[in-house]
Amino acid sequence: MKPKKPFQLAGAEPLSEKAVEALGFLEPSRRDFLKKAGVMMVGFSAAAAVATTAHAQSPINPSGMIDNTQLDNWIAIGADESITVLAGKHELGQGFRTVQLQLAAEELFVPLDRITLVLGISGITPNQFLTVGSLSTLTQMGNAGLRVALDTARDALLTMASQYLDAPVSDLAVTDGVVWSKSNPLARVSYGNLIYGQRFNLTLNPAAVPKDPSKWTVLGQAVGRVDIPTKAKGTFQYVQKVRVPGMLHGKVVRPPTLGAHIQNIDTSVLKGMPGSPQAVQINDFVGVVADTEWHATNAAAALASAITWSSGDTLPAQADLYTYMTQQPSADSYQTNTGDVDKVMATAAKTVTAQYLYPYQMHGALASSCAVADVRGGTGKTATVKVWSATQGVYTMQSTLAVLLGIPAGNIEVYFIDGSGCYGHNGADPATFDASLLSQAVGKPVRLQYTRRDEMTAGEHYGHPTVSNEKVGLDANGNIIAWDYETIRMQRGEGAIFVPGNGIPGALAGFPTTPQGVPTATPAAPTASSVSNGSNYIPSYVTSTLSGVTYGTGNVASHRVLTRVVASPLWTAWLRSPDRLQNTFAHESIMDEIAASLKTDPVQYRMRHLTDQRMINVVNVTAQTALWDTRPSPKPGNARTGVVTGRGFSCVLYEGNNGYCAMVAEVSVDQDKGAITVTKVTTSLDTGPICNPDGLRNQMEGQVIQGISRTMIEEVKWRGNIITSGDWSTYPVLSFGDPLPQIVTIPINNLKASPTGAGETTITIIAGAIANAIYDASGVRMRQVPFTPANFLAAKAAQKV
Amino acid sequence: MSNYGLQVNGQSYNVTVDDPSTPLLFVLQENIQLNGPKFGCGLGQCGACTVLLDGTPIRSCITAISDAAGHSVTSLEGLRALDGLPNPDALHPVQQAFLDDQAMQCGYCIAGPLLYGYAFIRDNPGASRAAIEQALSGLLCRCCAHNRMINALQRYATGGTF
Repeated sequence: MKPKKPFQLAGAEPLSEKAVEALGFLEPSRRDFLKKAGVMMVGFSAAAAVATTAHAQSPINPSGMIDNTQLDNWIAIGADESITVLAGKHELGQGFRTVQLQLAAEELFVPLDRITLVLGISGITPNQFLTVGSLSTLTQMGNAGLRVALDTARDALLTMASQYLDAPVSDLAVTDGVVWSKSNPLARVSYGNLIYGQRFNLTLNPAAVPKDPSKWTVLGQAVGRVDIPTKAKGTFQYVQKVRVPGMLHGKVVRPPTLGAHIQNIDTSVLKGMPGSPQAVQINDFVGVVADTEWHATNAAAALASAITWSSGDTLPAQADLYTYMTQQPSADSYQTNTGDVDKVMATAAKTVTAQYLYPYQMHGALASSCAVADVRGGTGKTATVKVWSATQGVYTMQSTLAVLLGIPAGNIEVYFIDGSGCYGHNGADPATFDASLLSQAVGKPVRLQYTRRDEMTAGEHYGHPTVSNEKVGLDANGNIIAWDYETIRMQRGEGAIFVPGNGIPGALAGFPTTPQGVPTATPAAPTASSVSNGSNYIPSYVTSTLSGVTYGTGNVASHRVLTRVVASPLWTAWLRSPDRLQNTFAHESIMDEIAASLKTDPVQYRMRHLTDQRMINVVNVTAQTALWDTRPSPKPGNARTGVVTGRGFSCVLYEGNNGYCAMVAEVSVDQDKGAITVTKVTTSLDTGPICNPDGLRNQMEGQVIQGISRTMIEEVKWRGNIITSGDWSTYPVLSFGDPLPQIVTIPINNLKASPTGAGETTITIIAGAIANAIYDASGVRMRQVPFTPANFLAAKAAQKV
Repeated sequence: MSNYGLQVNGQSYNVTVDDPSTPLLFVLQENIQLNGPKFGCGLGQCGACTVLLDGTPIRSCITAISDAAGHSVTSLEGLRALDGLPNPDALHPVQQAFLDDQAMQCGYCIAGPLLYGYAFIRDNPGASRAAIEQALSGLLCRCCAHNRMINALQRYATGGTF
């Protein structure tokens, strides 16, 4: 049945230009058009096509901004039934492209393979800030995310169909994008015929109702990742493969020490080198471009030997880092403070104190970071920029590039292209800034991929080193009555994507860096956002009360959490489960220490202080599945020499609202050599209704093994003033051939709760679980990450075990 | 300028470079437009650049073009054709095993585990799980999909029947 005429919404207009572009960019006919137009696309990638399309026609959107409240900025439906969905949450290897496709297919009642999903293009996709913090599911399924746009569109289409079919909406059903009347199944009309290639011209309706998770048919299924077939075949194109016409290859030349300045540079060494290399210098920012990557690599090495640098910053001795941290001025704030901790602590029958230490660690992305930038016209109002980047946020990148390059944001187009897994704010953004500075200097497009050493020593920023001081007061029955926690972390830069000087390239080029650790006279008072515990500073076992409102998952009424930020000598940024992991390691370790001091089972002891039913449930399910051996630690009967085994427990409500998880780790400890093997991990996660069960398991499994690597092996090292962790031999991580644990995942499909994230949850609890298992096995308390053989043997000797 | 001939995924190529030490990886990426081998570290430490050289897995980022000349190179893209299977654009059975087990996350490392696993199982039919794990020693997967990759290879080694 065909419509007599296309249905017209009041004020309907033809499909927007950008939606047409978005629709067109994956179609072979479009590619053919571009080829016929003489556009050379070496190593064709979809992104290159979008860029070229946009360039060939007109500026996409002069303001560079997208109104997120307008439905047409999220969804376009073609007369040919094609469906294009635009979103701002990126694929970082976590499978979120597939989950967003599932969401669209579910809410629109269309087959998944009919949908084209466009992610992260400035001026085209909605501005959804950054893809970070395990927040993408929570955002897109929440009341301001993609879900609302889909439900608004579906409701609009049903309203149109109701008029077209002359049937009430309550009589309508949708199958594969065709609306039909339940009372007259022959009366039917397709989405494509209803909208007929026109705009919706509607504002998002936050009250539009999502499909009940109990009725999901696409979400909730183990839908295979849409990107894996081409990744297995080797044809998937990452940002590392983007090539544009006339492109040069760039490399950076970084100072050998932090804070060093150029005293002399002799660019004549490049003369006569193959590839016509050209040096670029902006203050202490130095790079080189040449015709091929190999020529650029060799030119960068030659140029590096022709620069004299000043001596630069003095680093604290690595062995003294944690002492150094406690002695620096700090910016202090209370995350929670009930005001009575000192008074209640004074009444305690017993107090337990301990200090936990966490090192600088790397994201260590497998791919050296890469970006392609095409800056034309130098600087100012007439200059233009296109960048292809694995950034976590195209709009934030756009506004920061505007400052870095002195070019209006509206002239800057940023295209997100998949990189390798990033695990936080890795080198993707710094590489984008480096490529942009080089391109601006030479006036040609430049592809920059770091060498491994550039990536590890002067490209990415490291995760925060942390000193955690715990003091917990118990009553005569061993119940916790007061909890006092102080954490000191180091930061430098922190958020290179927001401020040019907060990243290594911009700082070298002369942009100021936001100071960190500026001392505060008195600590800032707690706020609602701090007590809601987004960084897990506050232990799970306290009420976390502010102005009579309780945000926590436990019953300890008297609590105080003080955070102190100290200026870091090394550059830092968010690394998977930032601070949440460090804090949870401390909290879950001290709980185990308290339980052991009371000679009580650590799971039962946790239960005495938990009040939240979902938290209690994950603890119970995990302990039961792991066949938890209820008894105090350490394990009775274990000798203090030779190889012994043990088990440890850990749990948390991630970010205070973003997934309940618990874990049992089982270890084998060679007490003579200090070699520790994690043999089995059982871990649960209640993240609300599960969007993709296999994708969730994949995330949980990956976090278990990455968490083992970070807990057992990883630490950034330096000697004198030089960072020595510059490759995989000097920054070792878990590799194939190392023992792998048996992993038992327990995803809890909680249909009554709201969907939340899973990208950082499981890794948050593993260091605590392993530390507690080592103690159970050996009686040695590991309070300093990583748990290397040397650190184990040192702890064993110091604790006289 | 030096001229080198090599076979890549069954086709003959002549490439001209000015430096005999140019890494094979860059020749495959830039001169031959391959996408399967990837730059991870440039030091032979991670395995993302793995290709088969006369059937044996090597790290193309530390193999000079002069050493690869005259040899036969197979990348992920050409694996199916290497075994003479019809429809060369489809997945090789070992690639299909990775797909079936959803054995990756970002997938950037995949040339390493997949090609080392393929070659080891070809030479050691029915290899045990422990032997497969050892055959992959030293390769890196930073998303840490190790267990899934070993599962996929074990299933491939046993004809999908374990």
